[in-house]
Parts: sequence; C-alpha cells; structure tokens
Amino acid sequence: MSDHALTTHTAPEGQPGLAGVVSDWSSDRTAFKTATWGKAMIWVFLLSDTFIFGCFLLAYMTARMSTTEPWPNPSEVFALEIFGVNMPLILIAIMTFVLISSSGTMAMAVNYAYRRDRVKTTVLMLLTALFGATFVGMQAFEWTKLISEGVRPWENHWGAPQFGAVFFMITGFHGTHVTIGVIFLLLMARKVWRGDFDTGKKGFFTSRKGRWEIVEITGLYWHFVDLVWVFIFAFFYLW
Amino acid sequence: MVDATHGHDAHAAEFPDAELYHPRSWWTKYVFSQDAKVIAIQYASTALAIGFVALALSWVMRMQLAFPGFLEFVDANAYYQAITVHGMVMVIYLITALFLGGFGNYLIPLMLGARDMVFPYVNMLSYWTYLLAVLVLVASFFAPGGPTGAGWTLYPPQAILSNTPGQQAGIILMLVSLILFVIGFTMGGLNYIVTVLQARARGMTLMRMPLTIWGIFIATVMAMLAFPALFVACVMMLFDRLLGTSFFMPALVEMGEHLSYGGGSPILFQHLFWFFGHPEVYIVALPAFGIVSDLISTHARKNIFGYRMMVWALVIIGALSFVVWAHHMYVSGMNPWFGFFFATTTLIIAVPTAIKVYNWVLTLWRGDIHFTLPMLFALGFIVTFVNGGLTGLFLGNVVVDVPLSDTMFVVAHFHMVMGVAPILVIFGAIYHWYPKVTGRMLDQTLGLIHFWITFVGAYLIFFPMHYLGIMGVPRRYFESQDISFLPPSAHDLNVFITVCALIVGAAQMVFVFNLIWSIRHGKPAGGNPWRATTLEWQTPETPPAHGNFGRELPVVYRWAYDYSVPGAAEDFIPQNQPGGAPPHKEGSE
Repeated sequence: MSDHALTTHTAPEGQPGLAGVVSDWSSDRTAFKTATWGKAMIWVFLLSDTFIFGCFLLAYMTARMSTTEPWPNPSEVFALEIFGVNMPLILIAIMTFVLISSSGTMAMAVNYAYRRDRVKTTVLMLLTALFGATFVGMQAFEWTKLISEGVRPWENHWGAPQFGAVFFMITGFHGTHVTIGVIFLLLMARKVWRGDFDTGKKGFFTSRKGRWEIVEITGLYWHFVDLVWVFIFAFFYLW
Repeated sequence: MVDATHGHDAHAAEFPDAELYHPRSWWTKYVFSQDAKVIAIQYASTALAIGFVALALSWVMRMQLAFPGFLEFVDANAYYQAITVHGMVMVIYLITALFLGGFGNYLIPLMLGARDMVFPYVNMLSYWTYLLAVLVLVASFFAPGGPTGAGWTLYPPQAILSNTPGQQAGIILMLVSLILFVIGFTMGGLNYIVTVLQARARGMTLMRMPLTIWGIFIATVMAMLAFPALFVACVMMLFDRLLGTSFFMPALVEMGEHLSYGGGSPILFQHLFWFFGHPEVYIVALPAFGIVSDLISTHARKNIFGYRMMVWALVIIGALSFVVWAHHMYVSGMNPWFGFFFATTTLIIAVPTAIKVYNWVLTLWRGDIHFTLPMLFALGFIVTFVNGGLTGLFLGNVVVDVPLSDTMFVVAHFHMVMGVAPILVIFGAIYHWYPKVTGRMLDQTLGLIHFWITFVGAYLIFFPMHYLGIMGVPRRYFESQDISFLPPSAHDLNVFITVCALIVGAAQMVFVFNLIWSIRHGKPAGGNPWRATTLEWQTPETPPAHGNFGRELPVVYRWAYDYSVPGAAEDFIPQNQPGGAPPHKEGSE
C-alpha cells in the first residue's frame, strides 16, 4: 500500500487548479491551507445555517402550494401610501437596498482591517451596524403595520392563514440573525477601536488572543445574512 | 506531570491560532472544563444516565405487553409516553450524544495528535446546552400531563391534539429540548469538523486517519446538514402548538368540534422529520462502522482490509443517506412514484454497506484473533448488523413494506440495525478505551457475563419479534390479547421476550458496576494494553494529561494499521514511529 511512505507529506504550496485541491487534501495537518480555524468554522456553520433557511423556505413553498385558500398578493399587502401614491413593495425595496448597502460597507471594513486601519475599520463597522439596525427597525415597522391590519400567525382576512405564519416565522428568524449580527458588529467595532487586535488582548470567555481576522469572520456572517435576505425577498415578496 | 506549555509554543508556531486554555481552579478543571477529554466524560456520563431511564421505560413497555395490568400505573397513556421517551432518548440523547459528544470529543484530538479541540470554549458550551436539553426532557416527567405520548416520530396532527398524552406541556418540552439539542450539537459539530480538517499532527494525512475518526467525521458532517431539518420541523410544530398556526395541521373535527386549524400539511412534517431521521440512522451507524474497524484490526493483529475502500464507502453511504428518507413514508399517502425512486436509492446503499461487511470479514480472515472483550463485541456487531441489514431489504421494497408497516417486524428491524448493533459497538469501545481513560482495565469476568447475556439476550428479544410482525402483531398497541386473528402463542412469545428483556436489562447493571468498581480496583493497564498503533495509545501519561502529548506533539509516519508487519520487531508499529523496517513490498526484490 502506497500509504506506507515513511516520510511526512507536506504539500507544495500553491499549486493551481484541481491538482492543488488534491494535493492540499492529501497533505497533513490542514486541508485548507490558507484558512484559519475561525474561518473554517464560520464556513461550516454557514453551510449548516443554509440548510436551516433552505428548510424554512421549502416548508413555506409547500405550505403555499398545498393550502386550500388563496394566497394573499404580497404586492398589495406590502404596499404603502406615500404622498397619496400607492407604491407596491416600496418599504421592502428600501429595506433590501439598505441591507445590500451594508454588505458594501462591511466589505470595505474587511479591506481596511487587512490594512490594520483601526479608525476606518471601526467607522465602517459602525456604519454597517447602523444599516443593520435600520433594517431591523423597518422590519419592526412592517410587523407593526401588518399586526395593526389584523394579520396574525393563525389568521388574516385576505386568505390563507399560513401567509401570516410564514411571514412572521421567516422574517422573524432572519431578523434575529440580523440583530445578532448588529450586536456582534458593535462588540467587535469596540475591540477594533480599543486596539485589542494589535495588542492581542485575550478574550473574556475564550482567553484566546484577539486577532484581526475576526473582522473578516464577522463579515462572512454578515454577507450570508444579506444573501439569505435576497432569497427571502425573491421567494416570499416577489413570487 | 509534564509541563505542556513549552511544546504548546512550538505548536502555536505551527498553528498561529492555537492557544491552549489552562484551567486555574477545581471548577474550571473538572466542571466547567474546556478540555475535550473532560467534556467527553461529561457527555458520556450524561448520555449513559439518561439511557438508563430509557432502559427502564422499555421494561415498563415489555411488562405491559406480557403481563397487562401487572404494573398498575401503566394505562394506555403511560404506555405511549414510555414508547415516545424511550425512542427519542435512545436514538438522540444516548447514541448520538455518546458517539459524537463522548467518543468524538475523547478520540478526535488524541487520535489526530492535537492538544485539544480547536474551540474549547464552544465545546464546553456544547456540553452544557446538551445537559440543558436533557434536563428539559426529564422535566416533562414532572409537568402536568407528563411527557408527550406522540410516538418518537412526533407525527402531527395527533402529536398536538388534546387526546394525546402530554399535550399540555410534554410536547412543548420535547420540542424545546430537541431545539436545544440541535443548538448544542452544532457547537460541538463545528469543533469536530474543523479539528479533523485543520488541526491534525504533522504527517497525519486524511488517508492516514484511523477509521474511527473517519466514521465520526462523516457522521458529524451529516449531522450538521440533517439536524437543521429537525430544528425547522420542531420550530414549526412549536408554533402550531403555541401560536395556533397551521403549518402541519389540516382542518380537523375533534370530539364533534371543528378545530381552528386548517390548510396545513402533515406530510410536510414527515418529509422534514425523515430528512433528518434517515441520515440520523447513519449518524449513529457510521461512528460504529469506524470504531468496529479499528477494534477488529487491533484485536486480530492484522491491517484493515481495503482501507481506502472503507473510507470511500463511508463517504458514499453518507451522501446516499440524504436521498432515501421517504422510504419511511411508503404508507403516508405520498405519490407512489416517489416510492419507486426511494426504494431504488435505498437498495443502492446496500452496496457500500456490503463492501464494509466483506472487508471486516476479510480483515478477520487468517488474522491472529484475540477473543478480548472489544473483539467479542465487534464480532457481535457484525452478525447483528448483517441480520438487521437483511430485514432492511424487506422493508426497503414498497410491496413488501406495505403489509409489514407498523408491525413488530419494523420494531425488530430497527432495533437490530440501529439499536443493538451500535450499542454493542459502544460497549466494545468502552471496554477498549476505558484503560486509556482511567488507567485500569475493566474486569474480564464481569465483562464476559455482560457480553454473553447482552448478545444472546438481544437475539432472544428481537428475533421472535420478526415472527410476531409477520403474523401481524401491530407495533405501538397497548395490548394485543384481544386481537382475534392472533393465536395464543403470540402472547406466549410476548411473555418470553419480556423475560429476556428483563434479564438483559439487569445485565447492564453488571456493566455499570464494572465501570465504577474498576476505576479503583481494576488491573493497572499501562499506556498501551492492547499494543495498538494509534496515537492515543502513545501518550506519555495514562490517562493523558491536559494538552495530551507532553512537550512535543507526535509526528506521524505511517497509517494506523501496521499490525504484524513482516520483519518488524513487534507485531505492531505505532503511527508515530519513524523509520524502522520498511514494510514488505511484494515483488520489490
């Protein structure tokens, strides 16, 4: 068996293409040569979370197709009267724009984190958090409006009761993700500002040294939450 | 104790983000410990403890089936509650938690040559969340109405209708407990996956990993993708129960009254549940496959036959198990074409599984078989698993499954294949690794008593059940005496099964006694009592100290199966032994 080789395998660094993948995965110690533990962890977590949102969306589609009553038209339900003009989906459009913009500021924050620019990273992370908080605020407005119009998880007067159930469940679960992201951004922005990642100050719980890569890890989570919103937007609001 | 700090610095140079947490007090060392070995023991103890509750519940069920009315507190409701909690605890809180949380935590860092898991703090949270999940489940025994009696599959609509026992609080606590379990498992699973992928020792390539690690790794990947479906199903059912949504609830009339539910799809729950539930079967089976490969190879002093094939079989079984879930739903009323598709995929899984069984047998063939306790349990596993697998061929085919659905045949099948078989491996693994965990051997005589009663007893319990099932004895029935088409002999068989179940259950007390007694009074084991090759047996201390490997991390020079290498001084060569006699290559001279 060829595996009896008595030397240690260490893959030559940086082979291109498929050969590089094969040599990385047949090497010792690490399968992803450039990824730190934290980055590998967040990718695995996001994969698992993708399955959660996937199951939610598939369950929603099944409910929508199998319910006996008509499904309310989201364009009408989510329309707003602004200056006497009826604008379908206007709030959702603004929310989506805000969240996508926050992905942009997050990407810039990650960029400046690589350059070890404390001030710009902090400002951009705070801006991202602000966009995120705005999104959650508008979602709260949306919920309040629907609730005041009589939408409940168990009933609404436009049609299938699953409409309200799915709406509150999926946007609520996504909004929770955004909220957690905002809290995390604020905590990490504080650490960036204090310079914890330059001094390698140890974390309160984990007693691990703070590292700049946490900005990128936060960013990966944030982009994921944005991406999920695009799917919710497409499947729930535009369908 | 060797100071691990120095070697840890060398390690930190290799992995810039490796910083070993050093406990400073008794609390952080033994209770809120971040050391994977302590967490493993916490996981295993909790899982075994709750497992004994489930064992007692199985006694309650068997007593009711054989001697109805003997236990006065058992009415139909209590029977269903016992069934439900027994099933859920055994599958999830015992076997899954013990294989992945227990063996995973203990063996992954040790077998891969790492100091600890990559995120010890998250790992600790994983255990405490799991404990919370167990406590919430146990709390349902004390809640008004008791635990839920919906059956372990929790099918709606009946799971949340008012005539189902435990409808008040039991079902809520069960769902919350499952949600907590998924969250806790996710935290552990992230650790297992990233440690395997990113924290192996120098020289430890993926294809040099012991099959135990491969089994646990693939099972964890599957769990990370399958548990989301359970999570979503539980959240939605919780809303149906608490908020009055109708995800899974169609329009219903109960006791002459229209319920407020309407328009939901009970089949949707079954799809979500089995998208989790079928991979779950393999989540408990793959670690067993991996562990049993190592037990057989070590105790037959022979390299595993077809290592690469064994690895790829694990991967293929893992992938296929995600496209077979609806074979649990042949009688659910889904589109019959689905049945055709899922029967085909189900039977294809037999191919990689059969490869594994052949390879185990070929590993044994002309091996130097030592009938140690781990070997006995491993052999017990192989025959039991083959038995259970063969009845799987019956149930995987739609036309055979339909008449056998919801009979004792199904109970016999899944108990053989995913109950008894993995549990035998768990026992074998405990007899195998106990010397490493405690430094002492388990008592041989007590172990033999335990093995023979458990192994023979399991057959005496579950073999007659196949027969009962073919006769048409339904599962989940509180009593079957008055069913007119059943002969009286069916009842005699039930009595026989119950007597065997009581004896087998009692034999587990011998095991528990052995576990506790041997901590102090067992024979001292030394560092490597089985003369095994893998890294966990090469630690400088037994039990391994914090940091696992003393100053220097091991360097791996070979695969895990260098047993009886021709020309070698010993009949095993540890993975971290450099140079030495090169392995004999045929035709090279």
